[in-house]
Amino acid sequence: MKALCWQGVDELTVEQVPDPRILNAQDAIIKVIASTTCGSDLHLLGGYIPMMKSGDVIGHEFLGEVVEVGSEVRRRRPGERVVVCSIIGCGRCWPCRHDMWSLCENSNPTSGITDLLWGGSTAGIYGYSHAMGGFRGSHAEYIRVPFADHNAFPVPDDVEDMDALFASDAVPTGWMGADLGGVRPGDVVAVWGCGAVGQMAARAAVLLGAERVIAIDRYPERLRMVERQADCEAIDYTATDVDAELRERTGGRGPDVCIEAVGLEADSAGPMRVYDEVKQQLHLEQDRPIAVREAIHACRKGGSVFVLGVFTGFVDKFPLGALMNKGLTLRGAQQHGQRYIPMLLDRISKGELKPAQMATHTMTLDDGPRGYDMFKHKKDGCVRVVFRPS
Amino acid sequence: MKRVLFGAATLLGTGAAVARWLAARGRAPVVTKDPKESLRWLGVTINLPREEVMPDGVPPRPLSRLDVEVRAEQAPGDRGTELYARPRRAVPTGPMAILGRLRGTDPRQEVRKALRDAKSILETGEVLRPEPEPAGIHGEPSAIQKTKTALTAPKSRAASIAQPVRADRSGERRQPGLRDRVLALAARRAPGEGRL
Repeated sequence: MKALCWQGVDELTVEQVPDPRILNAQDAIIKVIASTTCGSDLHLLGGYIPMMKSGDVIGHEFLGEVVEVGSEVRRRRPGERVVVCSIIGCGRCWPCRHDMWSLCENSNPTSGITDLLWGGSTAGIYGYSHAMGGFRGSHAEYIRVPFADHNAFPVPDDVEDMDALFASDAVPTGWMGADLGGVRPGDVVAVWGCGAVGQMAARAAVLLGAERVIAIDRYPERLRMVERQADCEAIDYTATDVDAELRERTGGRGPDVCIEAVGLEADSAGPMRVYDEVKQQLHLEQDRPIAVREAIHACRKGGSVFVLGVFTGFVDKFPLGALMNKGLTLRGAQQHGQRYIPMLLDRISKGELKPAQMATHTMTLDDGPRGYDMFKHKKDGCVRVVFRPS
Repeated sequence: MKRVLFGAATLLGTGAAVARWLAARGRAPVVTKDPKESLRWLGVTINLPREEVMPDGVPPRPLSRLDVEVRAEQAPGDRGTELYARPRRAVPTGPMAILGRLRGTDPRQEVRKALRDAKSILETGEVLRPEPEPAGIHGEPSAIQKTKTALTAPKSRAASIAQPVRADRSGERRQPGLRDRVLALAARRAPGEGRL
């Protein structure tokens, strides 16, 4: 079959690779209908995520049709149209049973690496390095889905492919930021980053009853899109002092909940960008936590900061003093998608969420490298590229 | 004069720090000198009641196939059962333990993997099998290769900074960078074992 493969820093190729097969009795094989680029893929392309190997198939956010199931699969059947959570959960360990699916203890066959890095193993992720299990990604014609009963969700007939696709990752990730960030009716919520996840976090905050939601980015088309899509306010961080702007809009308090949806390659209009870039390239820190710093500084006393962006290791100039003295709550997680996907498909069906708008470009797999070039450099207003393998 | 004083102060400061570090080395409770290291139990918590983890006191497979001491205790709260094991034979300690781990000969490695596998079998009925190594080897003959397109590196990143060596056009695999090598070496004790 055809697949989009990582070959090295900023290098992708389309290759012929062996078809996936059932390796465990609870596996299913899915024929990919649509698979989308994700901001976290850019960290793979940039060489920031360790344990990638030349030839790895990337992609983790996808929708497909079940074509084969293992002997122990009970709930999924060939022919079903399913959206698959990008994070793999076994459904039976303690974290899965408590709806913390990205902490699954049985879905990462190479868990020793994350144990070593972070002091605890985390769930497997499709197409996201050999630290996360070495699973082949979804930018391919077919993909193996382990523990299929727990990870593949049937899509209602009235939900279009392009809407259902984002229920795999961007929608539940954004929803989780607002939900576990503790958004309550009447809150003021600020969201750093207006990629697909940030936009979904902003929309989720609105649906959870936030009084005001303020999204922060620098790309005009993304700022306009989030204003329309999430019905919220927007701040261009290259045009104004974000901290001062947030205080002015909140009576000097700062936002009640701050959601960071940027990640380890954060940018800034100020000198911190250069400072962090130098430290990152010298391996004195692994990640650029610019948006996390801003969020902690801007958050109101006693407020909550949720980190949705992907980080891998150590950061410098972390404002622990502000965190402690302002009495903030800091949380973060890879998405616990299985917790939200059925509810989110229902909300999409009712028209409360319209994630298909984020699919700004659609291509075949053959155009994969070009698609990532557009996505990485935000060419032509690109928010997400969707690949249709067939 | 100022320069000389500054240099002398820096040297003194560095010397004092190094001397302090050297003196502290003998006292520090490092893992390799931990007297409990050779007796330490390795454990996993299994989300099942004790009677299902060790029915009639029989250890679950694959632990039952190893020459190990095994015990199980009810975990606090609703967390299931804590299953512990340790090799009966002597295990290396100190620098030999590190060497053993890197060589893959430390008996605790086998116990760690068995504990993790036992947990997975008990909770899910199977041990997830990893997929075969990278699928799309760069440079294999393929008509689709014509679509190969290298992404343009952003201008803000200096070319010299890209750590991993790019795959060349003759079909060689990308060579892992220093960070990947260190991680791979350190994690040799780890795949499938977990940090127990």
